[in-house]
Amino acid sequence: MCQVGEDYAEPASEEPPPRQPGREQKCVKCKEGLPVVVIRAGDAFCRDCFKAFYIHKFRAVLGKNRLIFPGEKVLLAWSGGPSSSSMVWQVLEGLSRESAKRLRFVPGIVCIDEGAACGLSPEARAKTLAEMKLILQTVGFPWHVVALEEVFDLPPSVLRCFAQEPVETEGAYKAAVDSFLQQQHVLGAEGAGDSPSLAQGEEQLSWPCTQDPQNPQSPDRPPTAAQTEALSRLFDSVKTLTAKEELLQALRTHLILHVARTHGYSKVMTGDSCTRLAIKLMTSLALGRGAFLAWDTGFSDERHGDVVVVRPMREHTLKEVAFYNHLFAVPSVFTPALDTKAPEKASIHRLMEAFMLRLQDQFPSTVSTVYRTSEKLVKAPRHGCAASPPGPRCLLCMCALDIDTAGAALLSQGGPPSLRHRAAVLRLPREHEGLALRGPPATLHLGRGPAPQPELLPQGLHRAADPGVPG
Amino acid sequence: ATPPASRSLRGSVSLGDEAVCPGIEAHDRAWRGGAELLFDGVKKHQVTLPGQEEPWDIRNLLVWIKKNLLKERPELFIQGDSVRPGILVLINDADWELLGELDYQLQDQDSILFISTLHGG
Repeated sequence: MCQVGEDYAEPASEEPPPRQPGREQKCVKCKEGLPVVVIRAGDAFCRDCFKAFYIHKFRAVLGKNRLIFPGEKVLLAWSGGPSSSSMVWQVLEGLSRESAKRLRFVPGIVCIDEGAACGLSPEARAKTLAEMKLILQTVGFPWHVVALEEVFDLPPSVLRCFAQEPVETEGAYKAAVDSFLQQQHVLGAEGAGDSPSLAQGEEQLSWPCTQDPQNPQSPDRPPTAAQTEALSRLFDSVKTLTAKEELLQALRTHLILHVARTHGYSKVMTGDSCTRLAIKLMTSLALGRGAFLAWDTGFSDERHGDVVVVRPMREHTLKEVAFYNHLFAVPSVFTPALDTKAPEKASIHRLMEAFMLRLQDQFPSTVSTVYRTSEKLVKAPRHGCAASPPGPRCLLCMCALDIDTAGAALLSQGGPPSLRHRAAVLRLPREHEGLALRGPPATLHLGRGPAPQPELLPQGLHRAADPGVPG
Repeated sequence: ATPPASRSLRGSVSLGDEAVCPGIEAHDRAWRGGAELLFDGVKKHQVTLPGQEEPWDIRNLLVWIKKNLLKERPELFIQGDSVRPGILVLINDADWELLGELDYQLQDQDSILFISTLHGG
């Protein structure tokens, strides 16, 4: 009770209460077990409860979003790192369960060898690949290892957004699940054998897979020295680490999408964790990508049309991932990245990562607050149309251009000086010889005309000697 | 009786993860985690800490590690008197937050594991 004039016994503390969860504390879930890990701001879990909590989160994220249909082919993007490795392991365990809640899709794994972009020697790349193949063989899903150099062989069709499938309704998902269960029941009655994970009609998918199912047109061969050299030159020509990171991401995404399309996968799963997505959200803001936060950090990303990217690890923090992988022996392969050992201010990504993690250290709800904010982001279609806007798209990130159509029309006529300085004009040649970018790449707009030079320079430092468009 | 603090302490300091993949023989394991890059690539260090007046806690251990084990770029591992944010510390396979973090008093044969979460996705 407050009384006027009465002193409080002690002044109100301004610091958060000191964390003193001693070992005498019991698991907050089962109240019995000895805790081994502290999650969030002080919840101590024992080993078994932590495992259940971790697995449940993975299932819940998939379950509540209801985007992955039974029997659907889903490509798992595996970098070798802890988050994507954990994701692959969750899928592996989830598919092998003999319960009604078993995961029901058909997985494959894609792994992009980015060694050339990171300056790794061929020997180091080969060694890493060998380790990865060991794990891939153990996991047993069909797998595709693709060198980043193959971006040079991508057809221009990757830059087109294919027509979106109509949005599935609640009823459609339930109907699909019911029909799938009925099929399984029938198969079981006919003694279809012990391949419970095969959906009907997917018999051509070899299971388990011991070979390397590359595109039948191009047999498994390492990239040529010329291609590796070209990729190194490309990345060397990009002056800042920030731009290199963004370029790497764009190329990696294009390549993964291509693999997905070529092999009939309609979904791609990436291992982005809660922590990573919170950092990505802040980084994207700093990079001027505020308009696309919902796609960049949300659970599902439909910008590519026919293939949807989903992020099932988005509710797991990096700490949870690291602990789970350690406690339950999830294998992963370390590969040096572009920013390995880079100092804190080397790029916007690094700076933001340091900022977020330091803040998280002091205030353990930082990451989750940013995450909850990102959950509220709505993908508002422009001009109120329900389907994806048919307008022009950025060729690097494939998001719809956020410039006015009136401005775009002016641009193709070599419009007013202010617009010219802000946007770049892309020349898409008829014979697909190559792409060229000009000007500061705030946005890209598809134009028509001959290509000045077949070199991709995302910083737009290259100036074409084309009298047609003033720069 | 001799106070424990003046006896030397033996234990291990490990970096990154020693996860075992079922079905793979021990000699095929080559998992690397990233943190060992700063320690000459050595993943596991058997360590004997000299007996001293003050008790050995994690705080002192970090100072010792910086002086004796860290080969390069200390700021990537240590920040102030603690580890850099993003690096997890496990003491005998348990979260150090349960054991007092920097104030935990080391015991003989303790195993300290540092996991960098900053790598990979």
